[in-house]
Amino acid sequence: MELYDVIIIGGGPGGLSAAYSAYRNGAKKILVIERDRELGGILQQCIHNGFGLHHFKEELTGPGYAGRCIALIQDKPEIRALTDTMVLSVSKDKKVTAVNPEKGLFTVEGKTVILTMGCRERTRGAIRTAGERPAGVFTAGAAQRMVNMEGYLPGKKIVILGSGDIGLIMARRMSLEGCKVQAVCEICPYSNGLTRNMVQCLYDFDIPLYLSHTILKIKGRDRVEGVTVAKVDEKMQPVPGTEFDIECDTLLLSVGLIPENELSMAAGVEIAPFTNGPRVDQRRQTNLPGIYAAGNVVHVHDLVDFVSDEAEIAGKFAALEAQGSLTPAVNTVEVSPVNGIRTCVPQVLHLPEGGEPVRLFMRAGAPDRKVTLEVKCGGEVLVKKMLPVVKPSEMVTLDIPAAKTALMHDKITVGLQSK
Amino acid sequence: MNCIMCPMGCEMTVTLENGRFAGVTGNSCPRGAKYAETEVTDPRRMLTTTVRIKGGLLPLLPVVSAEVLPKGKVADCAAYLRNVTVEAPVQAGDVIVPDILGLGVDIVASRDMEKVND
Repeated sequence: MELYDVIIIGGGPGGLSAAYSAYRNGAKKILVIERDRELGGILQQCIHNGFGLHHFKEELTGPGYAGRCIALIQDKPEIRALTDTMVLSVSKDKKVTAVNPEKGLFTVEGKTVILTMGCRERTRGAIRTAGERPAGVFTAGAAQRMVNMEGYLPGKKIVILGSGDIGLIMARRMSLEGCKVQAVCEICPYSNGLTRNMVQCLYDFDIPLYLSHTILKIKGRDRVEGVTVAKVDEKMQPVPGTEFDIECDTLLLSVGLIPENELSMAAGVEIAPFTNGPRVDQRRQTNLPGIYAAGNVVHVHDLVDFVSDEAEIAGKFAALEAQGSLTPAVNTVEVSPVNGIRTCVPQVLHLPEGGEPVRLFMRAGAPDRKVTLEVKCGGEVLVKKMLPVVKPSEMVTLDIPAAKTALMHDKITVGLQSK
Repeated sequence: MNCIMCPMGCEMTVTLENGRFAGVTGNSCPRGAKYAETEVTDPRRMLTTTVRIKGGLLPLLPVVSAEVLPKGKVADCAAYLRNVTVEAPVQAGDVIVPDILGLGVDIVASRDMEKVND
């Protein structure tokens, strides 16, 4: 069985950044396995710009960002990439079984494995909307792939449910292709997308946004003919008497993303609540020794730049472990989100003697202004940072220097304090 | 208007005198003031869309405007590009349509697209 230093499952921005980082940190034999026909992952269908400002210090399109990541690993004898190859299982002892048309079924072994499978969209089944099963209901990402890569339009008259970034971006994209976007409906009282997308994707095209509204029913038997929309109360329950109909032939759903962890769970990787991804430490190691995870498979990011940053962490430590040069951890610290912070990655720290620099990635539970982010241990504030604004849609990061992590014991909390 | 320069998303109010920019309130920083002025006097946007491509791995090639375009012309440019077809191979950065609609901005390829033999 062929033995690799690092095997990476998934050739999107996470997998490619992890591969490059593993290479730079001395790994000599790296394998990237991708199920699609080419590398780059979902970025290849995200043709809009706005990527890369943090990571490459330059504004790029999705395919542009993917191209940069691919160029970093190309022509390096240490890195091998297999496309059109589906991983069927990953075992606790880091054996990876996959299948492709050329080699058939095969198994390879890694000294370390990095999980970078990304996430997938929630579908109509997840939101249980009433109605028949007509053609014309798509997830926003599926429609994006049709329009941007395959050359088909899913319909002409569109309603979008969910105001996350993918929904907003698709509202603009369908408009530019000559479709009429009738409305975007959002069940929350605030948009879940970035402000720049609200302005450039909705306001620019005079597309109405219905906040605190949801779709009660999809009308039509063979093809979507319209949707019934209603206002919702504070408990997100429809308010009787507020129903109205919108005519459309297509409904796009942008109702959330789910980290894709079937392989992780089958391997025995522990999944954390709320993030629905592997519970990882600051090196992105899961509960299984030698198995690391990074990017959207761990928690859904809003910027690919942070996916790359996180994957570089996993790539580095996986490479060091494969070479036997990982500094052993002597101190285990649990990380608990409190007061207004809903999720925090990593969920646990395994710190070596003298500590180690740690970056926390957090998401707030609700929008707020002028708050202080505090990291506390045993009632003492170790690090704090003023935040002029927090939104659930925009991830918050905090760097903790090694010296501060050396003061930690047992458990830390991260939370928001209002002025 | 909403500022889009950073996550703050300040609500700004712009004052116009005889149709000309006269001042802004509600912004928290100079970048907001600059955005507000451009947005009321000469709003511009990037355009990303696709053109058809023959002989490539995919039937579509993603393209991007090399610079921002006048906001009012974005839809016209997108409509124009719907009828453009190119031949593979193409390299990221290749000019697909020079000086689109005489606006002085090139439309360039967002990615490489190899020629596929079949």
